[in-house]
Amino acid sequence: MSRLIRMDGSGHTTLAEWTADDAASVEAAVAAFREELDQGSIAMVTRGPGQAEHVRELPLDEPLVIMRRPIAGG
Amino acid sequence: MSAAAGALPELASVYWRPRMTPERLRRRERLWTLTTLAHVVPFVLVAIVMVLLSPLAVPVSLAALAHAWLIPELYARRGATVTRSLTPAADGPERVSLGLLGDLVDHDARALHARTGLVPEPGRLGTWLVGEAGALLVHGRTVSCWCVRATDPEGARLPSGDRVAHLLLALRSDEEGFATVANLAFSGARWRVRRRLPKRQRAALDAVA
Repeated sequence: MSRLIRMDGSGHTTLAEWTADDAASVEAAVAAFREELDQGSIAMVTRGPGQAEHVRELPLDEPLVIMRRPIAGG
Repeated sequence: MSAAAGALPELASVYWRPRMTPERLRRRERLWTLTTLAHVVPFVLVAIVMVLLSPLAVPVSLAALAHAWLIPELYARRGATVTRSLTPAADGPERVSLGLLGDLVDHDARALHARTGLVPEPGRLGTWLVGEAGALLVHGRTVSCWCVRATDPEGARLPSGDRVAHLLLALRSDEEGFATVANLAFSGARWRVRRRLPKRQRAALDAVA
């Protein structure tokens, strides 16, 4: 089961869960993913120790996709 | 860590800044050293000359020496504030966010974060210590203090673990882009920054030095 989460005021919120062979869950996850992107979030997946990658499409084979807010210099 | 292909999207908001590189960073570190010298040397010279001119001018000399000491200290203090802790969220969100952050780092980093509030992260530019509202970059005997933070979602304040996780994920995806987006608040001697850090955070600096 893969998860799409968003870091927010609650710690994090699970936006969608899917398995690659369940078309309905995939469709819902993709919709949630796009909605987050439209709201300005940035999608990240971890790539082992010290590595992360910004993704623009929902990677269906990743166990965890994290939505974060943009960062800015203070 | 990746370069242009995986560049931080936030770079678009600072398009006028040249992308940070190890060479650029070293130049900026040297510039900060020169700036510090430019503040210290004149005051020290004034202190020496005043005493040579008249022993009665000792108080003026002491005042000049105090300025020579204080000005770099004020810069360092400003730099050290990038690691300050922000107002925590409620207990529940804090716990949840720390759980997620714990999943992103190894045991040693988790332990150091629990003690100091800073997460160590090795990179190409040096070793980073990532906090809630900024990061320290340790390179040899030099520490650069970067002010950078996650933008809060509307109406919601992020808990501390999420703040650190935001910066950590951005740093891991594009280290040089991260250093381009962040504002360099201070760069100088490790001992000078260490003095200005809260006591519990000094252990983090010692751990990666």
